[in-house]
Amino acid sequence: MPANRFNGFTDYGIGIGLRIPHYAHIFEKKPVVDWFEIISENYMIDGGRPLATLDLILERYRVVQHGVSMYFGSAEPLNREHLRRLKALVKRTKTPWLTDHLCWGSVDGAYSHDLLPVPYTFEAAKITASKVREARDYLEVPIAVENVSSYAEFHCSEMAEWEFLNEVVERADCGILLDVNNIYVSSKNHNFDPYEYLNSIPGERVAQIHIAGHSTFTKFTLDTHDHPVIDPVWKLYDHAIRRIGPTATLLEWDDRIPSFDEVHAEARKAEQYIHAPVAVGL
Amino acid sequence: MMLLELQRRMAKAVMQPLTGSDRIALKTRDGRPMRIEISEFIRPNDRLTSIERLEIYSRSYWFRVLDSLCDDFPGLRAVLGKRAFHRLSRAYLSDCPSQSFTLGNLGSRLERWLQRNPEYAGSGHALALDPLVRDMVRLEWAHIEAFDSVAEKVLGPEDLLELGPSFRAGLQPYIRLLALEYPVDELRIHVNQASEEHGTASNAVLKQKHRNLTRRVRRLKRERIYLAVHRFNSMVYYRRIAAEEYGLLNALREGQPIGMAIQTGFKNSSVTSDEQRSMLEKWFAAWAELGWLCPPARVKIEKVTE
Repeated sequence: MPANRFNGFTDYGIGIGLRIPHYAHIFEKKPVVDWFEIISENYMIDGGRPLATLDLILERYRVVQHGVSMYFGSAEPLNREHLRRLKALVKRTKTPWLTDHLCWGSVDGAYSHDLLPVPYTFEAAKITASKVREARDYLEVPIAVENVSSYAEFHCSEMAEWEFLNEVVERADCGILLDVNNIYVSSKNHNFDPYEYLNSIPGERVAQIHIAGHSTFTKFTLDTHDHPVIDPVWKLYDHAIRRIGPTATLLEWDDRIPSFDEVHAEARKAEQYIHAPVAVGL
Repeated sequence: MMLLELQRRMAKAVMQPLTGSDRIALKTRDGRPMRIEISEFIRPNDRLTSIERLEIYSRSYWFRVLDSLCDDFPGLRAVLGKRAFHRLSRAYLSDCPSQSFTLGNLGSRLERWLQRNPEYAGSGHALALDPLVRDMVRLEWAHIEAFDSVAEKVLGPEDLLELGPSFRAGLQPYIRLLALEYPVDELRIHVNQASEEHGTASNAVLKQKHRNLTRRVRRLKRERIYLAVHRFNSMVYYRRIAAEEYGLLNALREGQPIGMAIQTGFKNSSVTSDEQRSMLEKWFAAWAELGWLCPPARVKIEKVTE
């Protein structure tokens, strides 16, 4: 299911995150890249170099917006000013779909700048879904929500994470940005079977997939985006592709960023799974 | 527990300052054991207690905001020294947590906060804010604002055909005009150069450079300067300007027509009318080259505080 209504019926291949250390290489070598993912917040500004650089990228490449601070899971209403700036950027990039996280991060006007986990309750699902709908209606672009890595669970949770994700996307009628590395990280931190998670999500709603590296500590696993993707995550990705079909995939590498070629080569490892014979609906 | 209440309690715990050894505090701000507070909403697992699970978020929050402030105010860090800057950052961020989706606005309240808390501006300045510290904070915040504030359409030669005393021109919104008591621009440029070399120099060279920087801060002499922090080809620059030019540009920004703005600029000036004419020619030529003038109507009028 490469093209669906949650990714604007596009058929994007393998993308990488647009990061400052790679600008010089991109402008000088003009490498062939299927698409770039940008962090929306880095460009929700009024002017200056970031927007000038983005405009140059847009002349040559396809761009998809990925947000980190819409905070659909916050109990408080969406920030109107945030939405206004985001809409201006959507018009600029013409992103075919837009993603942000299934998390919260601000309360009473104070921002954590983190992707904090939501308790898996029906109340939270209802609030989250209503905010996703509101954002989509205002922004006029399909939205897909991303499962986050988490390190804490709540006493008040009433369902498993994948059940909560399903509850939200069904209520909001939105897409899923399936982060297989996040599923792996959370499965280590919360002792669940990542394949049960993958088998439970509605494949027809997956608009995009994220892959990334992480770090393992003695007592927990941290989503650091500073390593290549490890084999167990590739296996999960393989399973996801077999179940869902070839889907737009992006490698996240945000810290200790190696050369452009190294990041791109790591991302393109996904091609072997995407181009393998697919048995949809496993 | 309702969602809003849970998020308030969790945010309070996450954003409470860490201990000196960067661990989560043992007690909440109202004196409750943190262990008990957190165990009421976070579940432990077979490896971590409730408080240890939340500590992952708390440490991540504090490291992120402290790093961000450090990146934005390298000059202030050089003026205060590493330890005092860290102490200031923790106190400031504890009082003024981020109120914006972008970390770029983290320092927006720093100057006002320092005016109320001058004891954090280095030893010996407990009663009033050290002007050197204040000037560096102003410059570094102006730098952040100049970097990505909006640029209006530049007034071109065709727009200036009607240039006369009643002509109104605006000043580009990204330009920040500063009247400072210390030449902190030079110091900030030096700090930038030192930080660019940081990745390539050996430890011995870095130590020497750090000593040089400390000496430079100590030797900095009071000197009234006027500065335009502006952007050209997407790069931020500091341009020293004359007191009269500073007055004139501020008057233009406030919406005064050019004739009146010139009078305002030269109000207390001792320059002769010949000198004045020559200065104006030079300034207008420079402003045109740098694209500083824009139509006045769309420009938000801002009073610049000294």
